[in-house]
Amino acid sequence: MSILVYIEQFDGKAAPVSWEVLGKARELADQMSGKLAAVVIGNDIEAVAKEAVSYGADAVHLVEDASLAAFRIDPYAAVVEDLVKAHSPKIVLFPATVRGRDLSAVVACDMNAGLAADCSDLSLTNGGLAAVRPVFSGNLLTTVLFNGPLAVASVRARSFPPPEANPGRAGEILKSGPVAPTSGMREEIKSFEVSTTGEVSLTDAKIIVSGGRGVAKDPELGFKLVKELADTLGGAMGASRAAVDAGYIPYKHQVGQTGKVVRPDLYIANGISGAIQHLAGMGNAKIIVAINKDAEAPIFSVANYGVVGDLYEVVPALTAEFRKRLG
Amino acid sequence: MNFVVCVKQTPDTAELPKISAAEAVSGDIKATLVLNPWDEFAVEEGLLLEDRFGGDVTVVTVGPEKATEALKDAIARGVKSAVLLDDPAFAGSDAWGTAAILAAAIKKNGPADVILTGKMSVDGNSGLVAPGLARKLGATLLTQVTKIVDISGGKITVERQLEEGRETISASLPAVVSVSKEINEPRYPSFMGIRKAAKASIPAWKLADLGISAADVGAGAAKTNWTDVRKPPARSSQVVMVKEATVNATAAKLADLLMAEKVI
Repeated sequence: MSILVYIEQFDGKAAPVSWEVLGKARELADQMSGKLAAVVIGNDIEAVAKEAVSYGADAVHLVEDASLAAFRIDPYAAVVEDLVKAHSPKIVLFPATVRGRDLSAVVACDMNAGLAADCSDLSLTNGGLAAVRPVFSGNLLTTVLFNGPLAVASVRARSFPPPEANPGRAGEILKSGPVAPTSGMREEIKSFEVSTTGEVSLTDAKIIVSGGRGVAKDPELGFKLVKELADTLGGAMGASRAAVDAGYIPYKHQVGQTGKVVRPDLYIANGISGAIQHLAGMGNAKIIVAINKDAEAPIFSVANYGVVGDLYEVVPALTAEFRKRLG
Repeated sequence: MNFVVCVKQTPDTAELPKISAAEAVSGDIKATLVLNPWDEFAVEEGLLLEDRFGGDVTVVTVGPEKATEALKDAIARGVKSAVLLDDPAFAGSDAWGTAAILAAAIKKNGPADVILTGKMSVDGNSGLVAPGLARKLGATLLTQVTKIVDISGGKITVERQLEEGRETISASLPAVVSVSKEINEPRYPSFMGIRKAAKASIPAWKLADLGISAADVGAGAAKTNWTDVRKPPARSSQVVMVKEATVNATAAKLADLLMAEKVI
């Protein structure tokens, strides 16, 4: 095996970034003329393993047990490390979700391997992994090179396009069980309150509609209008730090240097001045639209399209327009 | 109960955009150096845990002598004990090397129940020292912690924010806890605290004090190298201003343009 990719699933559903990583890994494995394996851990998740084959894995290690139903570091890390020891991949990739980041770090540390976290691009240099990642909070980039036989990286959502599924693709599914004792585990999950039902996550979103200090006049109405536009476009709602610090909206919506780094196709910034700290979080959007009543706002210098106007008028007009077009 | 807070001295967030690639590579950074902003939450949580459960908080950092300033910042906020981990052999350590140094110092300091860190440093951005530390200490790992619910009976119960929602999880001690911004509101250094910090004598431990091998730390042991540090490419777009006679006509025109871009 040349490359092993960890496929993250929650409740039997794979995190979309897992497939993006798998798609890129397929490309790298082909360049190495090597085999691509995936590992899926959980319970009753065979469908996810089949999907992994359709997205390009030559072999999928399907590790199922009731004790593995919910993610816990120790038993999950034991599974991945067991595979690494048995098959000696040169590269192990993880989605840079909270769990994927934790797992990648534990596996890499235990195996004394180098790890590049939160990568935005991957390639091969002299047969080894070269991983591009933002540092200094998005203000600089570096290409990480690795010492030693194993390179580990976690990859941010939307760094690569999702691969096309090929349901007819051939690949083996190798079933096994947990490798560590399933009793006496150090972590016990007491409860899980799912908060994102029906909500598009910011990091996975193709479209993000954000609000900033410009909603100060009536923050409740402002974010209601922002949300209506986001919902109409099937996107996620974001916010600038100014809006979060002012208490208009919870921190989980914050985009920027101290919030989430996002990479949508379309980012609509409403009443956001465009501080450099905000740009560090959304500067990689394909198309940026700025709506601001201040024609001098710095956001216009990075935007593709700009409207100078009152967001309380422009945003609902846009929502109405898209409702007409999108049905 | 013994609490240890691991911190780093980093550039001030506001000055990050001014830092050049050359400065980042040489490590000779002209920007103002401060206590890593994410670590303020870890220091605050250490002080809150001290109030809630009793015990002592020690703050530690790996860095050159000037990193003492970050420790003094923590002392000025109320932490009583601090240790600097400074040795030429530590220079160029990657996250695993740094974790090995911190783990050795924590063992030397006496058994710790909860080790706190910020979510990541604003310069390296990896967030790998907390997991590295957990593995080197054989401690449980809890990241993205938004609330410490309880510590009792050899266990810590916390809330964590994950992509799909909020998890309440109980884990055995010792635990390495990396905290999120939502966990608290860091206090500011107090006037009395700043005076205390100015007078504080902070011990510096070297490689030999920690009983670790030079081969396991520093640039030679690093498993990753940063190459080609650079500014991200600037957006080359030229803004197209959309302005029609009415707001509705402007919205329609913008919708046309975005549909043509195929991003909707």
